[in-house]
Amino acid sequence: MPSEIFGAVLQYLISGLTNGAIYALIALGFGIIFNATHIINFAQGEFVMLGALCAISLYQVFPSLPAAFLGSTLLVTLLGLLFERLALRPVKDRSPLTLIIITVGGAVLLKGLAMLWWGKEAYNLPPFTGATPLHLGPATILPQNLWVLGVAALLVAGLEAFFRLTLTGKAMRACAYNPVAARLVGIPAMRMVQLSFGLSAALGAAGGILIAPLTLGVYDMGTMLGLKGFSAAILGGLGSSLGGVLGGLLLGVAESLASGLISSGYRDAVAFFILLVVLFVRPQGLLGGRT
Amino acid sequence: MRGARLALWGGFALVLALLPLGWRNDYYLSLLNFIGIHTILVVGLNLLMGYAGQISLGHAAFFGVGAYTSGILTATYGVNPWLALVAGLALAAGLAFLIGVPALKLRGYYLAMATLGFGVIVYIFFVQAQRFTGGPSGLSGIPALSLPGFTFHTPLRLYGLIWTATLGILALSAGLVDSRLGRALRALHDSEVAAESLGIHTQRLKLLIFVWSALYASLAGSLYAHTLNFVAPSSFDIMFSIKLVTMVVVGGMASIWGSLLGAGVLTVLPELLVVFHDFEVVLFGAILMVVMIFLPRGLVRGLLDLWEYRHFRRESGGVSG
Repeated sequence: MPSEIFGAVLQYLISGLTNGAIYALIALGFGIIFNATHIINFAQGEFVMLGALCAISLYQVFPSLPAAFLGSTLLVTLLGLLFERLALRPVKDRSPLTLIIITVGGAVLLKGLAMLWWGKEAYNLPPFTGATPLHLGPATILPQNLWVLGVAALLVAGLEAFFRLTLTGKAMRACAYNPVAARLVGIPAMRMVQLSFGLSAALGAAGGILIAPLTLGVYDMGTMLGLKGFSAAILGGLGSSLGGVLGGLLLGVAESLASGLISSGYRDAVAFFILLVVLFVRPQGLLGGRT
Repeated sequence: MRGARLALWGGFALVLALLPLGWRNDYYLSLLNFIGIHTILVVGLNLLMGYAGQISLGHAAFFGVGAYTSGILTATYGVNPWLALVAGLALAAGLAFLIGVPALKLRGYYLAMATLGFGVIVYIFFVQAQRFTGGPSGLSGIPALSLPGFTFHTPLRLYGLIWTATLGILALSAGLVDSRLGRALRALHDSEVAAESLGIHTQRLKLLIFVWSALYASLAGSLYAHTLNFVAPSSFDIMFSIKLVTMVVVGGMASIWGSLLGAGVLTVLPELLVVFHDFEVVLFGAILMVVMIFLPRGLVRGLLDLWEYRHFRRESGGVSG
């Protein structure tokens, strides 16, 4: 009997970590833009949806998964750059209220356009390498779960290396710490802001493509994923990359355990319950500095 | 000035009273009833956005709290509808207070985030708590509101009830903006730091306005439940919260009459243009983005400002302001 419970918990952990890895990628996207601009980009989830659906469409035209992955990520990155250029840079009144409404509007617009383009049906993307489950003790794990965890880990490590080791990454961090000082030493702050949108769009798109073989791609998948990624970012500490990863994984596991052990109907409420608790008890998040 | 304003209110009330005489079509009356309900919601959100500079992305949830409290208490437990309405108000105010106290201590985005999370949780509760809410298929059999010997069950009678309430809410809000409290609100709107240095407790003021707007939303929700005699979760999702924000944005920030206009235009448009339905989401998104990028004070207000600016410039001989 205890081994059965152990097996079930292990199974929940696996699916929780897989979803959590996607939340972590989205949370990092929120953090990168927040650091560069102090904007919460409510359209982040739509980049995830567009990543998944673009990859699916590209794959239908040219059935190669690596090409679909790269092509879709590239397209969505361009869209992220465009979003910053067209919707946020021209804004003169930079109050939080205005910026929130613009990114919320962007999210709704992208979702609506996706519905017109792809319709309301859900699309399938084949798993990267087969669908034969592997056995891990009493639990099973799909190859796609491993792909999600592996690629997400690689992306996080790559991102960290970019911020720590490259000149551009260091310049972006400088802008996050002190935009005025960064501009004084000759860092093109505007470029860095634009780059932050491109980067987080790319991360979101990658997350969407990774999860598409497990959950299908639908025009309205972005809203929930975006909001959960956002909850993960707040849980970990907005703007902290380690916090984003930790927040994403914790949230994924908490959600999966709660839906398995308590009630699956309230599954989606877990993330927002955690969000409210964090805002009330520790608004700077687990690893965030004081706000 | 005062006379002109009284005339404006009197004229508006007269138009409202005369409208059903020439227009006794149940469909139009129902449409007007929904405009009234939306106006109550939008005025509250407008006070919050326009004066406190805060945004609620979960206002549909307070609307739903009112609607479901009225619905459940009257349909399931047979409570007097007016008592149920008051219970809804109390619950909405309590919830707004609980969210507002911690969220408004922090500047910037926190109320937006907290209300967003709250909105999603409330929506999920409406769907999941089948025993109380009837689940996704909704709750039916909600009785009409009534006074002794008079039941509000036809569109015409509901029109009288809803627009009396709407007119009352509009007048109350206009009075609020003109009061001592309203002056503090305007100071807050112009500069939070300046308002604080004048001794205005800005955090408490923001909380008050937030709770106030939740009360309006709950009232609108109760009226909605007794108008349709049926409630279902889909009326209270995030998209509806975003529609309400769009109505405020179209009507203009910090504008009582703009709220009426925004609610009116965005309630009528989807009904007038059937094609609008497919493009509804796209249009709402586009309106939000374009208006806020170019006219952050809202569409009508922004256009008026532009016109005044042009006008002023011409009169003062081309000196730019």
